[in-house]
Amino acid sequence: MTALAAMQLTLLVPLIGGLLIALCGRWPNLREAVTLVTAAVLFYLVIQVFTAVELGGSEAAALYVELLEILPGLTIALHSEPLSILFALVASGLWIVTSVYSIGYMRANREKRQTQFYVCFAVAIFGAMGVAFAANLLTLFLFYEVLTLSTYPLVAHKGDDKARAGARTYLGILLATSIGLFLPAMLWTYFVAGTLDFRVGGILEGKIGEVGATLLLLMFMFGVGKAAVMPIHRWLPAAMVAPTPVSALLHAVAVVKAGVFTIAKVVIYIFGTDFLLDVPHEVIAVYIAGFTIVAASILALRQTNIKRMLAYSTISQLSYIVLAVLVLTPLAGMGAIIHIVAHAVAKITLFFAAGAIYTASKKTEINQLDGIGFRMPVTMGAFAIAALSMIGVPPTGGFVSKWYMIAGAFQNNSYFVLAVLTLSTALNAAYFLPVIFRAYFRRESVAPPKPHGEAPAPMVAAICVTAALTLLVFFLNGPLVNFEQAVLGGP
Amino acid sequence: MIMDNLIALLVIIPLLAAPLCLLLPARWSWLLTTAVSWLVFGLTILMLYQVDSQGILSYHLGGWEPPWGIEYRVDALNALVALIVAGIGAVVIPYARLSVRAEVAADNSAGFYAAYLLALTGLLGITLTGDVFNLFVFLEISSLSSYILISQHRERRALVAAYQYLVMGTIGATFLLIGIGLLYGMTGTLNMADLAERLQEVEQTRTVYTGFAFIVVGASIKLALFPLHWWMPNAYTYAPSVVSAFLAATATKVAVYVLLRFLFTVFGVEFSFRSEFFQSALIFLSVAAVLVGSALAIVQINVKRLLAYSSVAQIGYMILGLALLNLLGLTAATLHLFNHALMKGALFLALGCIALRMGATEISQLRGMGKRMPITMAAFVIGGLSLIGVPGTAGFISKWYLALAAFERGWWPLILVIVVGSLLAVVYIWRVVEVAYFQESEDQSRCEAPLSMLIPTAVLALANIYFGLDTRLPLYLADSAAQLLLGSAP
Amino acid sequence: MDWLLKDWFSHYNYWIAIFLMMIGFYTVISRGNMVKQIVGLNIFQTSVFILYISLGNVAGGSAPIVREGITLFSNPLPHVLILTAIVVGVATSALGLALIVRIKEAYGTIEEDEIREVDRMRESVEIHIEDALQDKTLHEDTPR
Repeated sequence: MTALAAMQLTLLVPLIGGLLIALCGRWPNLREAVTLVTAAVLFYLVIQVFTAVELGGSEAAALYVELLEILPGLTIALHSEPLSILFALVASGLWIVTSVYSIGYMRANREKRQTQFYVCFAVAIFGAMGVAFAANLLTLFLFYEVLTLSTYPLVAHKGDDKARAGARTYLGILLATSIGLFLPAMLWTYFVAGTLDFRVGGILEGKIGEVGATLLLLMFMFGVGKAAVMPIHRWLPAAMVAPTPVSALLHAVAVVKAGVFTIAKVVIYIFGTDFLLDVPHEVIAVYIAGFTIVAASILALRQTNIKRMLAYSTISQLSYIVLAVLVLTPLAGMGAIIHIVAHAVAKITLFFAAGAIYTASKKTEINQLDGIGFRMPVTMGAFAIAALSMIGVPPTGGFVSKWYMIAGAFQNNSYFVLAVLTLSTALNAAYFLPVIFRAYFRRESVAPPKPHGEAPAPMVAAICVTAALTLLVFFLNGPLVNFEQAVLGGP
Repeated sequence: MIMDNLIALLVIIPLLAAPLCLLLPARWSWLLTTAVSWLVFGLTILMLYQVDSQGILSYHLGGWEPPWGIEYRVDALNALVALIVAGIGAVVIPYARLSVRAEVAADNSAGFYAAYLLALTGLLGITLTGDVFNLFVFLEISSLSSYILISQHRERRALVAAYQYLVMGTIGATFLLIGIGLLYGMTGTLNMADLAERLQEVEQTRTVYTGFAFIVVGASIKLALFPLHWWMPNAYTYAPSVVSAFLAATATKVAVYVLLRFLFTVFGVEFSFRSEFFQSALIFLSVAAVLVGSALAIVQINVKRLLAYSSVAQIGYMILGLALLNLLGLTAATLHLFNHALMKGALFLALGCIALRMGATEISQLRGMGKRMPITMAAFVIGGLSLIGVPGTAGFISKWYLALAAFERGWWPLILVIVVGSLLAVVYIWRVVEVAYFQESEDQSRCEAPLSMLIPTAVLALANIYFGLDTRLPLYLADSAAQLLLGSAP
Repeated sequence: MDWLLKDWFSHYNYWIAIFLMMIGFYTVISRGNMVKQIVGLNIFQTSVFILYISLGNVAGGSAPIVREGITLFSNPLPHVLILTAIVVGVATSALGLALIVRIKEAYGTIEEDEIREVDRMRESVEIHIEDALQDKTLHEDTPR
């Protein structure tokens, strides 16, 4: 199979999977088997594309396919480059783990409408794949909206008024920003550049003034609501009403990653880092991202609900990526790219752990966690590893990305960025460490009515895998760096 | 023979079939209407090919030379509008049989189809004719028959709605008549092309200005330009479903065509837009239409009325494109004629299916419809997405052009208006979608509409996607139409 | 005085047309009775007919019949046109009146405000019934 075919199949496979899941709705075992097989096949396909691009040569260069030409110069097209493969790898790889985890979670908690859940999940992955392999902004926008719409039923899964209100906020903010800012920004880009293709070095250089470029950058930054840059962050805590696997999907696998991925794509392939360096006011965007990091960390500090704390932590971590991209030095860019991976695996571990705690003990608040480390040693161990990664302590993935970010900020002498990174590291430690402290160094004040141990096996297995991945990113960052060097170091 | 008289046949066939409908036994009337509307659709496509290959077609009715005789003159713009009218007419008629049986008194059905054919005649006549008085006559034929069509719903409010439309419509048509009379008084001709030439000599006179004003206001009433739109929500809400779909998709489009024709062909761009006031007034009104229409749509509890207000907003987009006065804007306006016909057709047909099963179109009736009528609701969602202007649907294409046109002019606030309009559309479509998909009804049983209604609905819904992805045909026609209209522009 | 005669009174046909037009238009707008509205609409249309007919008159021209010795005659075309418009007007009035008959049958009145009142009454009754039904189902749901 050629890599080109594999790339197109990555879109088709989740769709077919979704259809099969819908058809097998009556037989839960078969349905979940289909989910897992689809996820595995998808991962295999992405690996195919990955190897083709890594080997380079003619096949890698020809990884471009035009599906439709809507208007002259406005096409629906796919292509692969290192950044998109990275995102596709993260999304498809974590889909497998999340599916395993979901099976445990959904069964243990006896959730309703499980078929709808798995179908929407598959469609969301379809959207994520489309975002990853989009060859131009229009295609990306199209799949971005697919992702938004397909995750709405997932967020509203519980079906009660609270879930529906949360889901409405989620959908409202994401749709309003994408139609209100992203689409006009895209239009503007098309109007001045005459194309929407992602090109190395950008398409806007010399075609737009300094003020215009800054405004456009801000429109993209806020228009891509999934990146959750303040003040467009409200949807993330609102979406916390969803079941835990969905939160994992939102925070780690697809949704927010699609947001920061889009911003990275826009900065690198639409504006071009060289062009943005010449735009003096670009710094405004840096300040906003920096502010988001600190403000979200402070808000996380004040949360008592585990999942809400994690949500604010995600907002802050996403802005790390945005900030690092906007520092515009190759090293910081590398930090941003690695952080997409590092944050994905660490945050998914944290959410899995939170879900496991809920499934085993029905606990959702931080102050209920006293001594839980002894009842659920594996879960809490994984939680600790992931939390360290969030803070940026070696030997975890978070350390690598932060290292590159700091190095990149030095390259550029941006002391603001350095200050933000330092301050937020301290804040991260301030809200994660107490949780770990409670879990291991406090005795349970009241014994739970029903003694419990670990969550069901599929969930624990999934947690172990993602925690291991968090460590792996630290040890195996070399190949990753080499692979992504191509994005930032020219074609 | 057929090819030579093609254009006349388009009008004559439905005109002759209409009385036949009344004479034949009642059960034949639907069959005859179906046959005729498909025949007309086929002939329209033939005509389209002819226009494409030969350029502007001119047909002299009864062999009388223009400017004395009546001329039918077809260019890209007419061809596009005729395609919309005939296409929608053909698609909705298979749908009509069951829907009409449910909503129209049984002994009236033959009359209903006769009126339908007359409306088709009138609308096609307006689009094809090159003679301004003939245009008035066809306008009245289509209007009178559409009053009848609207009044046919069993619900008594349909009568009042039809009556109100009759009063407004007659005033509008009479305004046009006055305008045409004044132009005739100044030039002594009724042929559009001839008028365009002769008006240049006398264009500075007050009479011509008065005629211009009368014609613009008359056409604006017919096309329901804000704030002359108030007849429309009632008419569309209480009309039988088929009629709502047919009229929403065609009648207002034809009225927009009339305005385009008069402003650009008869008066000419230079005259029409000589005063900047007129242009800014049109822009102001269309912006108001977009914002007010969309905002009013949000608060409606009847979905048909919601769509009617959304039509007010969409007409605002068309007039906005027209008033931008550049090639992109006119392309957007003509494209939106076509695309809006597709989306409103699909939406009203989907609602008709729901009306058939539930007996009403209040938003609360749609509870749980996502499960009970999955195909109908899917069609509604596609139509709604197109209305919002999501990429991949037809609505996106016209909005894209409209926004580019505003960019070209450098009028930033208009982009904002388009965006806000789209966001408001998201809100009102989402209200319906949420009720249909995320609220449970007590009755969970499937009650999908019968196939003869489902297929036309699905066809129009899929057309929204098809023409959102493959835009060659409408874009080609709209682009050539826009170039023709601006042909005399500097 | 001369200009008054020349510019204003010589165009008396237009004045009549405008006068009638405004009477008709005002009637349509101001009256709530549907039959009166139709009458107003008729006057409104008739004014346009007069406008057209007088447009066709050529000063000093005779009737447009081809006969020897007559070179100047009125333009017959507006008259022919207006014949069509009259037919249209008659059809409109007929349809309007037919609708009014049906409205009278359905509502028992042809005053617009009364019809609006009847519709509103029925709407509120429907809402009340719906509310009552919902209350009932609510009570059935809650265990006693």
